[in-house]
Amino acid sequence: MDWTALSLSLKLSGWTVLILLPLGIWAGRALAVNHFRGKAWVEALLALPLVLPPTVLGYYLLVAMGGASPVGQFYESWIGRPLVFNFEGLLIASVIFNIPFAIQPLQRGFEAIAPEVRDAAACCGLSRWRTLWRIELPLAWQGVLSATVLTFAHTLGEFGVVLMVGGNITGETKTIAIAIYDRVQAFDTAGAGIMSAVLLLISLVAIGAAYLTTSRSRSRHHG
Amino acid sequence: MAEHGICARLQQDGPIPLDAELDCAPGEVLALVGPSGSGKTTILRAIAGLLRVRHGAIHCNGDCWFDDERQVWVETRRRRVGYVFQNYALFPHLSALHNVMEAMLDRPAAERERRARDVLTRVRLSGLENRVPAALSGGQQQRVAVARALAREPRVLLLDEPFSAVDRATRQRLYHELAELRRELAMPMILVTHDLDEALMLSDRMCVLHQGRTLQVGEPYAVMTRPQTVEVAQLVGLRNVFRAGVIEHDTARGVTVIEWRKHRLEARLQPDFAVGQQVTWVIPQGHIVLHRRDRPSRGERENPVSGVVLEYLPLGENVALTVAVNGPDRPPLFLTVPAHTARRNNIAQGAEIGVSLLAEGIHLMSADESRTPRRNEP
Repeated sequence: MDWTALSLSLKLSGWTVLILLPLGIWAGRALAVNHFRGKAWVEALLALPLVLPPTVLGYYLLVAMGGASPVGQFYESWIGRPLVFNFEGLLIASVIFNIPFAIQPLQRGFEAIAPEVRDAAACCGLSRWRTLWRIELPLAWQGVLSATVLTFAHTLGEFGVVLMVGGNITGETKTIAIAIYDRVQAFDTAGAGIMSAVLLLISLVAIGAAYLTTSRSRSRHHG
Repeated sequence: MAEHGICARLQQDGPIPLDAELDCAPGEVLALVGPSGSGKTTILRAIAGLLRVRHGAIHCNGDCWFDDERQVWVETRRRRVGYVFQNYALFPHLSALHNVMEAMLDRPAAERERRARDVLTRVRLSGLENRVPAALSGGQQQRVAVARALAREPRVLLLDEPFSAVDRATRQRLYHELAELRRELAMPMILVTHDLDEALMLSDRMCVLHQGRTLQVGEPYAVMTRPQTVEVAQLVGLRNVFRAGVIEHDTARGVTVIEWRKHRLEARLQPDFAVGQQVTWVIPQGHIVLHRRDRPSRGERENPVSGVVLEYLPLGENVALTVAVNGPDRPPLFLTVPAHTARRNNIAQGAEIGVSLLAEGIHLMSADESRTPRRNEP
């Protein structure tokens, strides 16, 4: 069992959720509340990671963040090391490929709130921040929970993008999914099997707990 | 500018066309009535600042909330409006008490709960403070919505069809409560309704709207019995709209005489119309009196008209009659009589009946309008 890879995966998943959740709340709410020209294209663009092969997304990210790109060059001159093939680069890639997993449940959550409830909050004199914190987030909590769990579990299992952007550096970019592939390549099926089982268990527990919480809450409201 | 109360002038071509002007004094209830899509809710939302119209101005107690020429726009949260939404729009995850407390954030925290409880008691909800909206009946939810709107100590109270989502018995009780409550309130109140009886019962003035235009504003009974145009007459449900010619004005007796289908009818004196002029006239059903067969009364001398019952439609305790006067091919007269009266007088389809058109109820309007009465007949 590669504990370093597992802890790196958990760290990557945790940071991805931390960064993506506030962004997802902002974007999901904006898409739920506002109607503007070209909205469908914005939604399509944000959903792209769902359908794009991970290697394609990984390739573009590698090009966009690599040493030859302005972003890569700026980062390297500022921090002193390249953006790709290290944890920061992996985190940026992870945030980007998880965008639909965070935004879509949040958008559905905010869309389910009746528009008059927001109007009522404004008539009550609530600030935007208070409306979000006190009214909208508690009503869209199922979306928040789904976004968190999906982003976390999906990051834990992502392989293609991680390999393209991060490579396979122990303690830096070698996540558990890469470690499993490594073990299989080295004909260590027992090691691969244990790690796969751990990954399966963590993902199942996370998603199962989310479903359970949601269905309990539903039966409480309808029961 | 309205020094006291609210004053709004709203104009735009689309997406919802508006050309409305209205005002409401402190303590006054103004009812906005009109069919669906007439712009009632749009006006209310514009006053609350939930919708920004292209042109116009809104002033409240001397403050400008909106003026497109001066580019003034005050956000909803700063306008201090109390808004009771059609479906109440309560915060579903908060208790009745916390729903009300959310509208009092400008008060010290310690005071909020005590005051919220006071307001809930005022709308007869004490004991139910800790229930969430889903655990309250429709009428109770409406009361929470009213309490929440009042808790903010609003400068204007806006009520958007607040009685439409409750059953009839609850509605009657809520009418009574609102009528009681309004006596204690000193702010302007604007009530949106499509129910004319509701407007008649609860409002001091009524504003008739159609396709975003204010057609007539006035005391509800006056608007409903003396509409200024045929359009208003139709919108307030007056079905007896006919054409006639003015014969004479008898100022001594206080009557204007018109000729309608060879009948000389005496109407309340309305000297604005010249002798010989063609006019449109209306009469509310309440001013048509059925002649009793068994016992003729004095009232029968007042504009007697006879006709044949074309349609006899029982409607619960009343019967709606459609009566052909001077032939079945002309627009008929509509009247409603109590069912027992209809039975006692042996009224049935095809029967000949006599009615009196009370002079006080005959109201003349200009005939040269774009909207003419049905079938364009005299």
